[in-house]
Amino acid sequence: MSVLAWTYLLVGLSFTLYLVIAWLSRVKDTRGFYVAGRGIPASVNGMATGADWMSAASFLSMAGLISTMGYAGGVYLMGWTGGFVLLALLLAPYLRKFGHFTVPDFIGDRYESSTARIVAVVCAVFVSFVYVTGQMRGVGVVFARFLEVDINAGVVIGMTIVFVYATLGGMKGITWTQAAQYWVLITAFLVPAIAISIQLTGQVVPSVGMGSSLTGEQVYLLDRLNQIHADLGFASYTAPFEHPAWNRLNVFCTTLALMVGTAGLPHVIVRFYTVRTVSAARWSAFWALFFIGLLYLTAPATAAFARYYMIQSLQGQSGEELPPWFRSWERTGLIVWLDDGDGRVRYSNREDNEIFRSGALTSVRFAEIRADHERWLSGGRGADGRAVLRELGLSGPDTDIIVLATPEMAGLFNWIIALVAAGGLAAALSTASGLLLVISSSVAHDLYFRIVNPQATEARRLLVGRTVIGLSVVVAGIFGIYPPAFVSQVVAFAFGLAASSFFPAIVLGIFSRRVGTIPAIAGMIVGIGFTSSYIVGYVFFGMPAWFFGINAQGIGAAGMALNFLVAAALTPLFPPPSAEVQRIVENIREPEGAGPALEIESAPEH
Amino acid sequence: MPPPEKPRNPPVRRLQPLGHYWIANLRLMATLLIIWAAAGLGAGVLFADRLNELGPSLGGFPLGFWFAQQGSIILFILLILVYAIAMNRLDAQHHLEIEKASHEDQR
Repeated sequence: MSVLAWTYLLVGLSFTLYLVIAWLSRVKDTRGFYVAGRGIPASVNGMATGADWMSAASFLSMAGLISTMGYAGGVYLMGWTGGFVLLALLLAPYLRKFGHFTVPDFIGDRYESSTARIVAVVCAVFVSFVYVTGQMRGVGVVFARFLEVDINAGVVIGMTIVFVYATLGGMKGITWTQAAQYWVLITAFLVPAIAISIQLTGQVVPSVGMGSSLTGEQVYLLDRLNQIHADLGFASYTAPFEHPAWNRLNVFCTTLALMVGTAGLPHVIVRFYTVRTVSAARWSAFWALFFIGLLYLTAPATAAFARYYMIQSLQGQSGEELPPWFRSWERTGLIVWLDDGDGRVRYSNREDNEIFRSGALTSVRFAEIRADHERWLSGGRGADGRAVLRELGLSGPDTDIIVLATPEMAGLFNWIIALVAAGGLAAALSTASGLLLVISSSVAHDLYFRIVNPQATEARRLLVGRTVIGLSVVVAGIFGIYPPAFVSQVVAFAFGLAASSFFPAIVLGIFSRRVGTIPAIAGMIVGIGFTSSYIVGYVFFGMPAWFFGINAQGIGAAGMALNFLVAAALTPLFPPPSAEVQRIVENIREPEGAGPALEIESAPEH
Repeated sequence: MPPPEKPRNPPVRRLQPLGHYWIANLRLMATLLIIWAAAGLGAGVLFADRLNELGPSLGGFPLGFWFAQQGSIILFILLILVYAIAMNRLDAQHHLEIEKASHEDQR
């Protein structure tokens, strides 16, 4: 069976599974819709959190990024796992005890302010939208390559699937679907990694294989990579801080921003509302990181293997010798070879590099560059496309293809290659649905029900919730078709914003009884204002990195610190919160009585 | 880290044991967070280059690189495991204290 047939089969089967689960767990009330009726076992919730968490960026882009970044790729590994420690220790059990539906609910009630609630809603919606854009794009990339449809058609298909099961099942449907998606994506990630690890190093566990020597040689894989990198002019694979963009301060700030951002992402936090008790919230944080760890410990190994294969299978090949995977990916523009006339591929970090990507260029513009290059090659007028693309910063292949192409590079079975496509889709869809639910609950619950129309009936609130999800899917799809930047970069911004807005407000809300309304709101506004203006200025208006040279991805750490500082500095000047809020804080810290007492949540006056 | 709460006049009697509970909780949290920072941000980032050069290598891994891409993740998982076990034990103890206190109230 061909790869294409296998892909259709596996993707079709997995999609059917998701829809069946969605139908079986369809819901009738808002409690089921937003927090799955709080009846999800800790380990299932952990799995769902894992799938929710591991996005198209984790599955498709992360290993690719590590593959090109080497050591500095660790910022994603540490950042995206380290955040769960903060989440488990500082937030999850307390927010579960607090027991309302959403993050803006906590902010609004703890700080007794509709303004705070609205600021939180805006942040939640903004962060989730930024994040969901990357997912839709990921769906498009997978469809484009594996199902041979247009990238935009792929986005539309993905949107339709998410639309159906998110509106049908709400949080309950999404949670059970995500648990299924976890197994699809982890299998799809581990099977090829294990196969390649055995092939390259003879080790079954990829994490071990990465640190082992190559089969039949005395050289460690990582040493060999460092040597190849040195020969081709790339920075060392294992040595830190060699690239000026990833100096010690930037690696530190980016790691911290990703950690804190992870803990502040509303779609992750909301998962801990869906378990039965405070204790289950803690266990589900453990299970979540355990399940996530399986992928995150394997990703750096996949990255190193892919780096090795990529260079080995391209370097010095003639046009006819190029492997078939290269030809199939060349069509997507994610990897392109512009020869200098010697008919041999050369991939390096110098001016003689011949491997590029089309990036955000339109296909018309890109075809022009290639045509110009052909003319230039045959001695006519035209321009050296390599210089043009280098100027545009498009040297090297797109990092998004590493995970998708590695099984092909390693010559694995067709079904394994197809499995990766199904896994990538599972990762993108599961995260997208979790995010859409946050957007829906923020707008329909926090904004519509809590502020605009508190008299709304159950049926009406559910209708508003579903409508908002539907609209969000469409908007997210449009962003996916016209993406602002490539997948991981978009996602990284969501973290900076989450780090600088929610995290400090929630932590202060739990661990201090003294911080009142105005300091908290001021902190959030300063934090998110500073971070977003810095990122927008840096990325879109060519602003220099004036704040100690920290890049856009790391600035969230500074934004978070500012948020804390502003809130702490203003606190003595403003009155403490009311006795009612003091009681709420006291109650959040008390682990007892988180069970049946919460039934009151479903009461209409809530 | 906020300072430990000063004992106020608790409005309800059952809040009394929360004092011990809360301090024990903060202490456990602080310890685990220090390990968290030392492993991830310390060994994985701030001292990664020195560990790469000076530390013993683990098979083919330079030590700093290993911390950044493997070790810190393994530690993070263990930290949450320890936290979940220790806190749930603390919760159970706290539960007993409350029950005892309410029995004494009834007497």
